[in-house]
Amino acid sequence: MNITQILFWLLSVTALFGAMMVVTSRNPVYSVLWLILTFFSISGHYILLNAQFLAIVNIIVYAGAIMVLFLFVIMLMNLNKNAEPTRGRWIKFAGAISGGCLLLVLVAALRSTEVSSKSVQVGVGEIGLIKNLGRELFTNYVVPFEISSILFLSAMIGAVVIGKKD
Amino acid sequence: MPINYYIFLSIALFCIGIAGVLTRRNAIIIFMCIELMLNAVNLLLVAFSKMHSAAAAALPDAATVGTDGQLFVFFIMVVAAAEVSVGLAIIVMMYRNIHSVDVNFLNRLKH
Repeated sequence: MNITQILFWLLSVTALFGAMMVVTSRNPVYSVLWLILTFFSISGHYILLNAQFLAIVNIIVYAGAIMVLFLFVIMLMNLNKNAEPTRGRWIKFAGAISGGCLLLVLVAALRSTEVSSKSVQVGVGEIGLIKNLGRELFTNYVVPFEISSILFLSAMIGAVVIGKKD
Repeated sequence: MPINYYIFLSIALFCIGIAGVLTRRNAIIIFMCIELMLNAVNLLLVAFSKMHSAAAAALPDAATVGTDGQLFVFFIMVVAAAEVSVGLAIIVMMYRNIHSVDVNFLNRLKH
């Protein structure tokens, strides 16, 4: 077992544990912090796959911007107390059973497919570097890139209009 | 590293997100679980992109095979950022109107 596999298992366990704690934490602020831990471990997976640009963007956009926005809204609503009314025990049980059934079905369906015998390049390869991605983004994908700027503008206007006190 | 491991890790993260959406009542936590599901799909896309670039190492255009998957991840992040800004604005407006973020108060579509 070399260092790459050890890092893979460590990051996987961290991601899964963080995700479990997001769902089970009573306090929304703790949920946000566990979700940040999950995003950092997913960024670690990206670095392990040599997708450095996506790792940095994941940290900046998700763990930096989006999670700060979540924390800001939670603080604004003063929700950082354990006041959430809980669902009944049977609803929780049914939700967990449904998620587990989906997990079971997907794992059983994808366990022995043809793709599952292939392997992933770990730690080598240049397609995740910013040089390759930038060239591709500004040649073949330049139209979706510009459209996404319009999407951002409309989202900003929409958020301001919805959040405005009238 | 076999692709199987990444597939199962992504499936597990996605199903944890689904279970969170089904079991929690706080709208913000439901929203965070949706982000978790998006990230599981992103991880799987990056793993598949590296798988294709490994399979095409002998082809002449090997330098760009698999770049598409990583660019899709980039666009998913763009859309997720826009979605979060609008969604949180809607949650704030909902909190201002009914003084709660409990989704059970919204099941009648009137207030």
